Amino acid sequence: MRADDPFLDRYAHGTRAMTASEIRALFAVAARPEIVSLAGGMPYTAGLPFDVIGNVVEEVLGKEGAAALQYGGGQGDARLREVMVELMRREGIHASAADVVVTVGSQQALDLLARMFCDPGDVIVAEGPSYVGALSAFSQYQVEVRHVRLDDDGLDPDELEAELGRLAREGRRVKFLYTIPNFHNPAGVTLSQERRDRVVDIARRHDLLVLEDNPYGLLGFESNPPDALRAKEADNVVYLGTISKIFGPGLRIGWALAPPAIRERLVLVKEAADLSQSNFNQAVAYRYFAGYPWQETLKELRDVYRERRDAMLETLTEHFPPESGVSWTHPSGGFYVWVKLPDRLDAKAMLAKAISARVAYVPGGSFFADDQGGSNLRLSYCFPPPERIREGVRRLAGVVTEELELLRAIGGLPTPDERADGGPPPAWGATQ
Amino acid sequence: MTFDCSVAVIAGGLSFEREISLRSGRRVADALTDKGYRVAQLDADEQLVEVLRAGHYDAAFIALHGRFGEDGQVAAVLELLGLPYTGSSFEASRLAFDKLAAKSVLRRAGIGVPDAIPVGQDALRELGMGALLDQAVAELRLPLVVKPNRGGSALGIRLVERAEQLPAALISAFGYDETVLLERHVAGTELALAVVDGLPPLPAVEIRPKQGWYDFAARYTHGAADFRAPAEIDAALAERCLEVAQAAHLALGCRDLSRVDAIVDQQGACWVLEVNTGPGLTSTSLVPTAADAAGVSFADLAVHLTNRAIARRPR
Repeated sequence: MRADDPFLDRYAHGTRAMTASEIRALFAVAARPEIVSLAGGMPYTAGLPFDVIGNVVEEVLGKEGAAALQYGGGQGDARLREVMVELMRREGIHASAADVVVTVGSQQALDLLARMFCDPGDVIVAEGPSYVGALSAFSQYQVEVRHVRLDDDGLDPDELEAELGRLAREGRRVKFLYTIPNFHNPAGVTLSQERRDRVVDIARRHDLLVLEDNPYGLLGFESNPPDALRAKEADNVVYLGTISKIFGPGLRIGWALAPPAIRERLVLVKEAADLSQSNFNQAVAYRYFAGYPWQETLKELRDVYRERRDAMLETLTEHFPPESGVSWTHPSGGFYVWVKLPDRLDAKAMLAKAISARVAYVPGGSFFADDQGGSNLRLSYCFPPPERIREGVRRLAGVVTEELELLRAIGGLPTPDERADGGPPPAWGATQ
Repeated sequence: MTFDCSVAVIAGGLSFEREISLRSGRRVADALTDKGYRVAQLDADEQLVEVLRAGHYDAAFIALHGRFGEDGQVAAVLELLGLPYTGSSFEASRLAFDKLAAKSVLRRAGIGVPDAIPVGQDALRELGMGALLDQAVAELRLPLVVKPNRGGSALGIRLVERAEQLPAALISAFGYDETVLLERHVAGTELALAVVDGLPPLPAVEIRPKQGWYDFAARYTHGAADFRAPAEIDAALAERCLEVAQAAHLALGCRDLSRVDAIVDQQGACWVLEVNTGPGLTSTSLVPTAADAAGVSFADLAVHLTNRAIARRPR
């Protein structure tokens, strides 16, 4: 074993930037049970009906064992694709199973679509912040991600239009807009109906392809989100769905609904990448959704997540009064709260201290392809039970207070009366 | 050496270097298993004492980095259990881990160490020390290095070239320890000097980071730094540096293994930055690189250290 890397000059450009990182080392500690992790977005799979799933697995082996353990087609199990069409109907989408491609989680769809569309130097427009896994998938293809501001109503269409204008003037090629309209990861916000109409209109006028990523759409706590973008616009939208949040991410099943030309090519790219999806997992998923009352389980999961969201928001309010300068979003579904710390706090630098205090979060900078988000962080409420969430937020409040005192003592922070604006900053990163 | 020996390799723990330690531990465990030892890899958690008691091991190999390992806490546990272990005692580990305390011992032994000024979190918050930071910077002069007083793997270390970078660097270092050192920056050739008791001296390893400096990413990404073993410096100078490393190892009372991080400046002076009693043993680590350059395989190094511990078994 040698310490240098004899293959270094042979790696593709797209993977050269992948290195060991301090944050990764810290997360290795955060995985220990002593730490309250508000970092990872792991669904609460312990709430799934294992007896039912056991029956499903038995059924698959008993009724179609040989086929389930065989190779499958590149587009995926036709029965499961019908289930996916049914799931999408709940979001106002009328589609044909012929236009659905099953993928290894929607993460694979992100990778394959970026591979299909992007050459080095191309531009992808995405919300700022955006899903870290999408940014990693895109970065392999050496694209430039341009962020568009978000607020409580989701992506800002004026900013989108302005950015598209700037890019056109620069002569840059925009390959697509990547957006998460419902219960955004990491921001927790949902695109309003009015803005959905405007985004679709902008896409039509600018001939912009939209990648609509919707992992959390069925996890609304108070009401369902407005209909999907794809419900209104079929020609310019590729819709990505997943069963990870309504069933289990361990099955690695997602899908893409795409206009026919894109769908045909996507099947070829998918076959080139992995021949086919796991037939066995697809059969399990199909039988679970087709034969069992999955809506009841989903309702129970939603109740669990709602209780956890409430625990997090209540404890945040309790520990961060308005004068703390800390603000956060108020998700009505999904897994995440996006927190804005006072400007000069660096969430990444604070992480080691937080882990020493036995609480973990994801620093906001991870959700930007540029240098924004330094004083933001993402909290997840999906996995720990409410009392652990309360304890985690309490610990975090201690860390933030200590960090502010320290920064003030070093001279890196204005004293409270020196603050120009007085009120808390918006939750959307003030580094623009 | 009888081959019916069982060894507990202790790795992991709640240290920030947990991931690195698990990599070191895995590598040691594999090497010892290949050499015929019975090996159990144990995490440093609340079950450790119980598991060690139940396991009836002949020795423990400490592959911990940072907290619990290099600060001597596990050594203290093993002493009480009467289980011989690789590496330095509680006292020596504790002393070496505290960079400031180690500096004064090394300085008294005539070893060159860069000047440093300690800054405590409480002194800043409760004694108004923030008002003196400008003075500290003026005394040490820029650029200077800001580092946690305790900790390893370059975590929390920043090079400060302009005064306005200081607050962020301090905040980053305070993430890892409540005392932070502002240290005079020594420009020169960076060396890792392995000291292994009972083996002929291992060659100095020269570190050449490909970009910037030898930070965490450069340490643990294959190929992010170039190593020259032996170091491409004057042979007499290299030998002098190895003597300095040996002297530092002895001055702090270290045992079995340490890695002395040093810089040779343009005048040929060897400055000791720190002495690590639990150096990394991963595939990108420096001690295995030095051993390899001397024709000592990783497995032989692991066996050598383990057997030294076993030889200390109470009879």
